[in-house]
Amino acid sequence: MEPFTTLTSRCVVLPAENVDTDQIIPARFLKTIERRGLGAHLFADWRLDDQGRARPEFPLNSPHARRGGASILVAGHNFGCGSSREHAPWALLDFGFRAIISTGFADIFRNNALKNGLLPVTLLQPAHARLLELLAASPVAPVTIDLDAQTVTLQDGTAHSFPVDPFARHCLLNGVDELGFLLGEEKAIAAYESAHPARVCTR
Amino acid sequence: MIKESASPKTLVDKIWDSHVVRAESASTPAVLYVDLHLVHEVTSPQAFAELRNRRIRVRRPDLTLATMDHSTPTTPRSSGRLQVLDPQASAQLDQLETNCAEFGIRLFGLDDSRQGIVHVIGPEQGLTQPGMTIVCGDSHTSTHGAFGALAFGIGTSEVGYVLATQTLLQRKPRNMELRIDGVLPVGVTAKDIILAIIAKIGIGGATGKVLEYTGSAIRSLSMEERMTICNMSIEAGARAGLIAPDNTTVEYLAGRPFAPKDADWNASLARWDKLASDEGARYEQSVHLDAASLAPMITFGTNPSMAIPIDGRVPDPAAAPSSAERTDLDKALRYMALEPGQPLLGRAVEVVFVGSCTNSRISDLRQAAAVMRGRHVAPGVRMLVVPGSRKVKSQAEAEGLDRVFVEAGAEWREAGCSMCIAMNGDQLQPGESAVSTSNRNFEGRQGKGGRTFLASPLTAAATAVTGAIADVRSLS
Repeated sequence: MEPFTTLTSRCVVLPAENVDTDQIIPARFLKTIERRGLGAHLFADWRLDDQGRARPEFPLNSPHARRGGASILVAGHNFGCGSSREHAPWALLDFGFRAIISTGFADIFRNNALKNGLLPVTLLQPAHARLLELLAASPVAPVTIDLDAQTVTLQDGTAHSFPVDPFARHCLLNGVDELGFLLGEEKAIAAYESAHPARVCTR
Repeated sequence: MIKESASPKTLVDKIWDSHVVRAESASTPAVLYVDLHLVHEVTSPQAFAELRNRRIRVRRPDLTLATMDHSTPTTPRSSGRLQVLDPQASAQLDQLETNCAEFGIRLFGLDDSRQGIVHVIGPEQGLTQPGMTIVCGDSHTSTHGAFGALAFGIGTSEVGYVLATQTLLQRKPRNMELRIDGVLPVGVTAKDIILAIIAKIGIGGATGKVLEYTGSAIRSLSMEERMTICNMSIEAGARAGLIAPDNTTVEYLAGRPFAPKDADWNASLARWDKLASDEGARYEQSVHLDAASLAPMITFGTNPSMAIPIDGRVPDPAAAPSSAERTDLDKALRYMALEPGQPLLGRAVEVVFVGSCTNSRISDLRQAAAVMRGRHVAPGVRMLVVPGSRKVKSQAEAEGLDRVFVEAGAEWREAGCSMCIAMNGDQLQPGESAVSTSNRNFEGRQGKGGRTFLASPLTAAATAVTGAIADVRSLS
């Protein structure tokens, strides 16, 4: 996993609330056995028309938001609800996003995002509203996210703090995943297993 | 003085405490042990690839079970075998077979008589038991909470962690009680209860929480009905749904293939008996509902919280409490081609789907068949009936339900997720509408451009024979 420390980038605004993972990556693209390449299908049914051409009115297709240009998505409340598909953060990352700013995320989506180096940033409603106002006035002005300080600095210079689980923060800052940590718990896991016989057996 | 150990605990407290390998601290989540890991073809290939890259074995293949359900065809078998025509789906299914063989995991594949939707077969085989922790790379893992098991969906990275270590890093979830008392009116089912709950608390109303369903209405439900309720907990954003085990649970489990036997059975009963939330245990939030006040429910919008009583009218976005909700509703009505104030009864549909991990069990099929018996699917309507597992399918056939459906003009299919997720070729065409017993009415969920109305098997069957959204209570 690529470390995440600070990010200064343009934003793309997708204001809809309750954006579900079926929109982020429709199920027909889940037949892959790869992680890569899903960016081509990100928001496929919103971003592309029936012929596969970009819909100019969709925010991710705006000239300043083109692939690679903006790596922060500013989303509405309860982003990523629904299906547990990790293909959703994979698609967002593959498209070029590194962070999503919202007022709230669905649990499984937030977990999946953190495990892939995609930072979910939860702002309080007034700060989120201010960010939307500033972006409406100057759409290409960059925003800075500092994970170590847990702040988002808006275009007007105001800094707003955001919560992040300390362990997830440690993993992101250092570019390590949780698996290494869990493998290091081998002794404790073995001790648990000897004290607790298996509750079921699939054999 | 009350000792700490004597303080009353909730069901989730008890399950949590008995699975902590390492307690959580401010800096680190708890290491939580997983008793049962269910695996399917869509969310596991990248996890197995990661294990292979890092040269890690599966720690407990004996606590892991795989099946095929999401991308499998449900078209009839030829000479007993399913033909997988989609090359990508076929490759994904082959990959699961390869992975299970290489890592020593038991697989209920397409040729196994126990194959089916992962959340149908776990309970059916007696693998799902009270007090367990159960995970699967699928959000509807909440289904297993009906047995008083802490069961939740995980992503593919976590599928890999569980394969490798049989544990997960978790923060203890908050809890919320949903108490439903009273007696359900005729024609109102478990599906209507959960749709009413989600409409009441909202699509994100239980985010970060475990929902425990309590009350006399829940106690009187069968295990299959309880599964329908817990299944859709995720549609309110819940981490999991839970119902305390009782005699209904025990009677369901007795004699199932993977249920404990003999002395183990008696020991298990003693353990399960202590699981229910203690008298005086505290929930951070409690919501009450009166079963007697409920009607058959149906969704009108593009998320499962947008639901109304079947004889209700589509709400007016102008009356929404916030501008964000107004925008959300406006967008939903545009997608669904509905007007504010419009009744849903009488709206024509092209497709009726009975199936999915929400409503594909034998009791669901019996309910739908009871409505279909002696009636016919209306002209211009296509009805798919997709049993949740091969066991459910053969049980239904033994009872003659398949003949009821076929004689009524419905399609009787092989087991699988089918048109709930529409990745196996069973899908709506753009502009088509369906009444569906599944769990999600998101835009395009059942096929690009398709419109989904979620409802119970009774409402689905009544709609199929009417040709338009119908109230089963007024079927002549």
